[in-house]
Amino acid sequence: MVKQTARNQFPGQQAIEKKGWWLAHKWLILRRMVQLGILALFLAGPLLDVWIVKGNLASSLTLEFLPLSDPYVMLQGLMSGHFPTTEGLIGVAIVLLFYALVGGRVYCSWVCPVNIVTDAAAWFRRKLGIKVSSQFSRSTRYWLLGLTLILPLITSAIVWELFNPVSLMFRGIIFGIGWAWMVILAIFAFDVFVSQRGWCGHLCPVGAFYSLLGHKSIVRVSAQKREQCDDCNDCFVVCPEPKVIRPALKGADKGISPLIDEANCTNCGRCIDVCDEDVFNFSSRFKD
Amino acid sequence: MSDKQKRGLSVESEGKQAGKSKLSRRKFMGDTLKTACGTALLGLGMGTYSRQASSFPAWTIRPPGALPEDEFSGACIRCGLCVRDCPYDMLRLAELGEQVALGTPYFVAREKPCEMCEDIPCAAACPTNALSHELKNIDDARMGLAVLIDQEECIAFQGLRCEVCYNVCPLEGEAITIEMQPNRRSGKHALFIPVVHSDACTGCGKCEKACILEEAAIKVLPTHLAKGLLGKHYRLGWKQKEKAGHSLVTPDIKHRYNLPEGVRYDYNKGGLELPPEAKLERDSPFSSNPLESLKKLQNQESK
Repeated sequence: MVKQTARNQFPGQQAIEKKGWWLAHKWLILRRMVQLGILALFLAGPLLDVWIVKGNLASSLTLEFLPLSDPYVMLQGLMSGHFPTTEGLIGVAIVLLFYALVGGRVYCSWVCPVNIVTDAAAWFRRKLGIKVSSQFSRSTRYWLLGLTLILPLITSAIVWELFNPVSLMFRGIIFGIGWAWMVILAIFAFDVFVSQRGWCGHLCPVGAFYSLLGHKSIVRVSAQKREQCDDCNDCFVVCPEPKVIRPALKGADKGISPLIDEANCTNCGRCIDVCDEDVFNFSSRFKD
Repeated sequence: MSDKQKRGLSVESEGKQAGKSKLSRRKFMGDTLKTACGTALLGLGMGTYSRQASSFPAWTIRPPGALPEDEFSGACIRCGLCVRDCPYDMLRLAELGEQVALGTPYFVAREKPCEMCEDIPCAAACPTNALSHELKNIDDARMGLAVLIDQEECIAFQGLRCEVCYNVCPLEGEAITIEMQPNRRSGKHALFIPVVHSDACTGCGKCEKACILEEAAIKVLPTHLAKGLLGKHYRLGWKQKEKAGHSLVTPDIKHRYNLPEGVRYDYNKGGLELPPEAKLERDSPFSSNPLESLKKLQNQESK
C-alpha cells in the first residue's frame, strides 16, 4: 500500500529506469516545446520586432498570408449575430479541419497555455499527496459550453470572452497581463486544493468544444500492446482524463478495440511516456 | 439450501438491484438538476456582468470603423490584429482590471490620438467586421466628437490667441473653424473661438492631445454623449422659407420697431435710416457741430 502510494506520487519512475529519461519524457517535452514555441512565435513580434505571427489564438495572421481563427470564439460571435469576413472564415475552416483530423483536444494539450498551469497543479497535487477532491460531473463543461453559446444569443455580446481564462492568459502574455495572473493563480489553486483536474477536466467549455470537434479524429493513442500491461497504474495517475484509458486498456475480454476512441482524450501522449511496458503508442483510427 | 431460501435470496437480490437503479436514477436526476441550476445561476451572473462591462467609458475611443458599442461587444473577438496593424502603436487591448470591456481595442486621445491613415490598416485587419470594412475614407470615420467642453479655462475665451486645436485638426477649417466674437472685457479686441462641426469631425483626438492646458479643454466624447438631437417635429422657419421659396406662415408677419415716423431700421442694411427731409430740415435745439455746443457751454460758464 505504501509502495503503491509512493508510485502514484512518482509515476514514470520505472519507465525512466527502463527506457531512459528521454523516452520517459519524450511526448511531454515535445508538447511543452510546441506550447512554448507557439507563444514564442506570437511574442517575437512585440518583443524582438520579428513579425512571423500577429494577433492571438482568437485570430491570427502568419507571415502576412495564413489566417487562422478560433472556431469557438467565431461561433460565439455568430450567435450574437455577427458573421466573420472571408479571411476570418478561411481561418476558421483551416483550424476546424486541422483539429477534426489530429484530435480536437490536441488544442488543450499541445496549444493551450492553461494546460501548463493545470499540469503543474496536478504534479504539485501528487507531490503534496492531496487526496481530497470535491466531486462534480465531468459533463459540467458541456453545460457551460451550451451556456456560453446561449448567452450571446440573449445579450448579443460575446459574454464568455469577458471571463475565458484560456484567451485571458494567452492574450495577457502577448498584449499585457493586467490582473489576469490572479485568474491563472486561482485556477492553479483550484486544481491543487479543490478539485483534481478541476478546470481542464471538468469545467472548461473551450475543451468541451474541441472535444466535440475532434469526436471522429484520425490521430489516436492506442493501447496496442495491452496484454503487456502489468497494472502499475502509472498511466491512470498521469492521465488528465483517466476515464478514457480503461475501456481500451482493459476491454480485451469484451472485444473493445485497443484504440482510445474517446473525444476527451487530449492526445497528450503522457501515458506513452510513463509506461515502462510500452503498451501505448500513437496510432490512427484506421489502423485498429 | 431449500427452494424457499433460494427464492428468498433471489428476490432479495432483485429488490436490491431495483432499489439501486432507482437510487442511481434519482441521483442522476438530482445531479443533472444541480448542474443545470448552477449553470443557469452562473449564466445570470455572467450575463448581468457583461451588461455592466459593456458600458464603454467616455474617455476611451474605439478604432475607426468600430460598430456601435452594443454591437461591437458581440462582434469583436479580441484578437488584437488591429493593434498589431496600427503603424503608430496607439491602440491597446483592455487588460483585466481596466474599465474597458476585457480584451477589446481602444485608445486614449490625450495619450496617443488616431493618425488617420488613408488605408485604415486597423479596420482592414479585423476578421469579424467589428471594425467595419465598409469604411473606405478615413474622413468618414466617426470615432467620437470633439467638444470644447471647458469654456472657462480655454484661453481663447480669455481673449488670448491659441488656435492650436484648430491648427492640428486633420480637417482644419471643416471640423474646427475659428469664429470671431467681440471681446467685451477689453472692448476693442476679438475672441478667436474654436468651433467644432459635427458633420466633419472624425473624433481622431488630435485636438485633445494638442490642447495646451494641463487638462484639455477640448475633449473627444462618444457621439451619443456629445450630440444633442432636435425634436423631429421642429422646423426652423427661415430654412423652410428658403426651401419653399416663400414663407410658410401667411401672412409673413413683419417685425416692427417702435420708431419715430419716417425712421427705419434694418440690421442687414446699415442700421438706422432717417427720412431724407429729416437730414435737411433739422428742427433740433442742439447743434450737430460739437464745437458749437462746447462754445455755448464756455459762454455760460464765463457769464
